[in-house]
Amino acid sequence: MAEKKTLFEKIWDAHLVAEPAGRSSILYIDLHLVHEVTSPQAFDGLRAAGRKVRQPSRTVATVDHNIPTEPRGTPITDLIAAKQIAALQSNCREFGVRLFDMDSPEQGIVHVIGPELGLTQPGMTIVCGDSHTSTHGAFGALAFGIGTSEVEHVLATQCLAQQKPKTMKIDVRGRLAEGVGAKDLTLGIIGQIGTDGATGHVIEYVGPAVRALSMEGRMTLCNMSIEAGARAGMVAPDETTIAYVKGKRFAPQGAEWEKAVAYWRTLPSDDGAAFDKVIEIDAAQLSPFVTWGTNPGMVAPVTGRVPEINGMKETDRRAFELALQYMGLDPGKRIEEIGIDRVFIGSCTNSRIEDLRAAARVAKGHHVSPKVRAMVVPGSQAVKRAAEQEGLHRIFQEAGFEWRESGCSMCLGMNPDILQPGERCASTSNRNFEGRQGRGGRTHLVSPMMAAAAAIAGHFTDIRDWEFQ
Amino acid sequence: MHDAKAQTYEEIMKPFTVHRGRVAPLDRVNVDTDQIIPKQFLKRIEKTGFGQFLFYDWRFGADGTKNPDFVLHEPRFDGASVLVAGRNFGCGSSREHAVWALADFGFRAVISSSFADIFANNSTKNGFLAVQLGEDEVADLMRRADSIDDYQLAVDLEKCEVRDDRGFRAKFSVDEFVRHCLLNGLDDIGLTLQHEAEIAAYEAGHPAPTALQASRQ
Repeated sequence: MAEKKTLFEKIWDAHLVAEPAGRSSILYIDLHLVHEVTSPQAFDGLRAAGRKVRQPSRTVATVDHNIPTEPRGTPITDLIAAKQIAALQSNCREFGVRLFDMDSPEQGIVHVIGPELGLTQPGMTIVCGDSHTSTHGAFGALAFGIGTSEVEHVLATQCLAQQKPKTMKIDVRGRLAEGVGAKDLTLGIIGQIGTDGATGHVIEYVGPAVRALSMEGRMTLCNMSIEAGARAGMVAPDETTIAYVKGKRFAPQGAEWEKAVAYWRTLPSDDGAAFDKVIEIDAAQLSPFVTWGTNPGMVAPVTGRVPEINGMKETDRRAFELALQYMGLDPGKRIEEIGIDRVFIGSCTNSRIEDLRAAARVAKGHHVSPKVRAMVVPGSQAVKRAAEQEGLHRIFQEAGFEWRESGCSMCLGMNPDILQPGERCASTSNRNFEGRQGRGGRTHLVSPMMAAAAAIAGHFTDIRDWEFQ
Repeated sequence: MHDAKAQTYEEIMKPFTVHRGRVAPLDRVNVDTDQIIPKQFLKRIEKTGFGQFLFYDWRFGADGTKNPDFVLHEPRFDGASVLVAGRNFGCGSSREHAVWALADFGFRAVISSSFADIFANNSTKNGFLAVQLGEDEVADLMRRADSIDDYQLAVDLEKCEVRDDRGFRAKFSVDEFVRHCLLNGLDDIGLTLQHEAEIAAYEAGHPAPTALQASRQ
């Protein structure tokens, strides 16, 4: 009987180019996504060594991290950002790399456009100089973030020298309740296992609650795997996956499609395949979550409170105190009593059409609190167009939300969209680190519905009690 | 300003064998890459010059004035080249700028009880050592660095151990191949390209998807 393999092991084994004795394995990379921030030094390295991009056709670039989200055509006033964007443009020209530039109808956050263009496909190995590359694992691909040295390595060789990570199965039993989504699921998982709970592991998410998720939901879930320390997160491909990929611009067609689908169906983990670690989650126990601290593991149900200090370990207590000091919160404060100044709906975690539909459903017929400034930043130009066709932009605008151009925006505040010191933000992004959205800014991570509801209420509120109009 | 020596890219690529230097304790857990190098400094297109921005929001006030209370600004830690920090160091983004900033500031190694994967991976590409020790050992080093004047450690990659001259000695493990590359300052792109025949053979059996081969925009 053949060896039982996990989804991860099947993809890993299918991409082994060489396994030199006493060295890291050489793994072939099917798709390399490139953006402006982590690539200039890699292209410089190629030039210095007189090397080419080995597979320009497997390399796709876009600008997302530091571009403004004001109407396109507005000049970029940040000259250093402009220089970085110009560097990507000239590098792509010089090395023959396909670039979806600022004025392209395909531009968007790299982890949004990969899937929507059909670049992301099951069974692939996908890398990008960005930790949230784990997003693409939603398709049953092995996708992970790399540093700039490895970006150069992939450009030059289309391979990476890798040590094999361990495997972790997260089995989500039962069903998520109404108002509890993929974002709440991932925050619940990170709250349980911690921000280093999956370090060194590739997570495979399984179970009925995961199967029931849309592709957008699976992308949200896999996206935040890195926030639990995981190397990658994956969901095995199924009919939902195949239906999503079909007909996309870069998806296989005709006979190639049939062949690809037949292969994808062989990818799910074999029954009885062994994982290094297994964790079970009861979906029914999860609520809408809000982070209260300075890492994504510091999380509480919306109906809960900021934790009390009693019974904490010394090192945990110190981290806890620093976090609350930064966040300007006291132990025991009710989450629903935390008032906010800003709302950000966007990022590679939650800026896809389904996220915007969910937020618009909440916003419809309501108005943003007069003390709140709220913005919606679609993940890509395609998402923006789709949302405008459905009239979502009008719902947001009538409710007092700003409707912006696509990009990473206030998720990491590399562009002009940042928090002022002390401002408190309900954000659908992925990191609530100190200063992440702007120096002194205080970030609370939530789902798109929870963010929209907070914008209207002016404080966090349980979406399960929302009066939809 | 800290007088640590700024390194050029060529120096960063130097082999790592044994390093001895002053130790600075950063008594925090989950030090993320946004703290190590805030995003507003990621727009440079060079690998050098990031040291001045290391831990920027902790080192400097909003108006750019130096925060004298931050550990790296205490005169007793001037010139430190070994950093000891709490668990899960380097969590967060993939920005290699975090390693470039630490190295450019003058650090050659960070000791912690655990590291985020991408940070650890990035370290090895820059002749910079992320040394993993036990939690008790890290706590011990934290105390020593804080209480002993001019506390120095030797980080010895040849023997895979960290030691001081006061009886502290701890072994660490590191992947044998990574160790080999660091000891010899090897260029791992060059090593991969030694497998050109195997890569070409793999590519012959796995052509790029047809749609991707079509003329590029």
